[in-house]
Amino acid sequence: MRAFEYTSPKTVSEAADLLAEKGDLARVLAGGTDLIVQVREGKRHLERIVDIKDIPEANVLSYDPQAGLHLGSAVPCYKIYGDKAISAAFPALADSTHIIGGTAIQGRAAVGGNLCNASPAADTIPALIVLEATCIIAGTNGTREIPVEQFCTAPGITVLQNGEFLESLKVPAPKSNSSSFYLRFIPRNEMDIAVVGAGASVVLDDAKESIVSARIALAAVAPTPLFAEEASVLLAGRAASDESAIEEAAEAAKTIARPISDMRGSAEQRVHLVGVLTKRALNGAIQRVKES
Amino acid sequence: MADKVHVKTVINGEAVEFLCEPRDSLLEVLRDNLMLTGAKEGCNNGNCGACSVILNGRLVNSCLVLGAEIEGKEVETVEGLAEPNKLHPIQDAFLENAALQCGVCTPGFLMAAKALLNENPNPTEHDVRFWLAGNLCRCTGYDKIVRAVLDAAETMSTEVNA
Ligand SMILES: Cc1cc2nc3c(=O)[nH]c(=O)nc-3n(C[C@H](O)[C@H](O)[C@H](O)COP(=O)(O)OP(=O)(O)OC[C@H]3O[C@@H](n4cnc5c(N)ncnc54)[C@H](O)[C@@H]3O)c2cc1C
Ligand code: FES
Ligand code: FES
Repeated sequence: MRAFEYTSPKTVSEAADLLAEKGDLARVLAGGTDLIVQVREGKRHLERIVDIKDIPEANVLSYDPQAGLHLGSAVPCYKIYGDKAISAAFPALADSTHIIGGTAIQGRAAVGGNLCNASPAADTIPALIVLEATCIIAGTNGTREIPVEQFCTAPGITVLQNGEFLESLKVPAPKSNSSSFYLRFIPRNEMDIAVVGAGASVVLDDAKESIVSARIALAAVAPTPLFAEEASVLLAGRAASDESAIEEAAEAAKTIARPISDMRGSAEQRVHLVGVLTKRALNGAIQRVKES
Repeated sequence: MADKVHVKTVINGEAVEFLCEPRDSLLEVLRDNLMLTGAKEGCNNGNCGACSVILNGRLVNSCLVLGAEIEGKEVETVEGLAEPNKLHPIQDAFLENAALQCGVCTPGFLMAAKALLNENPNPTEHDVRFWLAGNLCRCTGYDKIVRAVLDAAETMSTEVNA
């Protein structure tokens, strides 16, 4: 690896200053499961690494049934799926954190790191989108907030400006009669990158019979993870058992997929998978509401 | 070259201090600076698990940790597993079950198994296979390894209850 300086600031403002001073030659280190590989392979040339794991705001993990989830950007995956209350409230987040790499990767990899790495195939991003997460971005001039679906702008690129970093994420408390689901298609059982990923969340009425609202999000079918807004909206008011509604949503989701063909799968296969996985994610989320 | 970092840490229960470059991985520090060559370099990118160690109680790939990051933390490596005249029950179970051939993957599997049994003393076969998915073995095959971990779990829980 090329030489760089290692810093471990204790405060948000110190981190922002350390980043601002070096511009593109500085990067945040969370779990390092993407960053260390990228630096080692020469894909990134850095003069400074800013380890945020000593900053209290980046390590917050608090859940309250009214206030929702506050998730520090450096919190590793295992802490999320290992927390029963958080897994029960945000099943799609538990689904996605549980399939990132293997045990040793999950011991380090953060959801914040997965988001900031901005891979089109990142597993937690569709989950965050369907759960309506908000990004809290810290910089040299204080903090700003944006919805997670606007965070990634291109493969590996985010809205973060010089001196800014992701401090934490906020996820609103789940509404009553709601649930969520994330799944992906991979050719192996574990330890692989999504060919396609799909997340869904649904809110049902009190009788758990009709859909009040839904959200669908997709991974690995465009330069960034996508919020399938039109497909989501058309489910409002439809019966939860109406397979034709689920089918229509799946077809609508397919129309926004713009996948590439690569060694993991052809564009045609990916579009087909969007349909299959969208249906499974929606039905999975509906099933979870009914079982709750 | 960036300035060296001075790191104070605890490895296998002993206080250790070392100097390393900021870019040195924990794996490089263990092997090259501290002569703890148990952890192996397979892929150097997080896929094989040969470098697995336990950091503050969690299993990690030491190739994806910087040496500088372990300041004030605790690391357990395969060197800390056996007592002076007695192998750890997981090591015994690997021998009994012939769960190794070339042995390059073994230190990683042993540490991964230890981390599993710390957290889940009575795992099912499925639990073991899921937990060990990040550890690859190119010669022995997984059945013997999984069997060894299940046997070790049994021995360790009867020892605790005895
Ligand atoms: C063997 C292996 C298997 C994997 N499997 C999967 C998988 O199944 N699914 C999947 O989605 N990913 C997978 N990954 C990729 C990786 O583990 C995840 O993307 C992980 O969540 C990254 O988190 P991290 O904390 O390790 O990030 P880091 O490596 O620390 O950071 C990732 C990037 O984001 C930046 N960054 C991190 N935190 C912040 C912040 N707070 N503010 C600003 N920038 C920040 C870093 O500078 C870097 O560019 C795998 C990786 C490996 C090595
Ligand atoms: S050498 Fe670290 S995972 Fe392969
Ligand atoms: S015994 Fe040779 S790789 Fe496992």
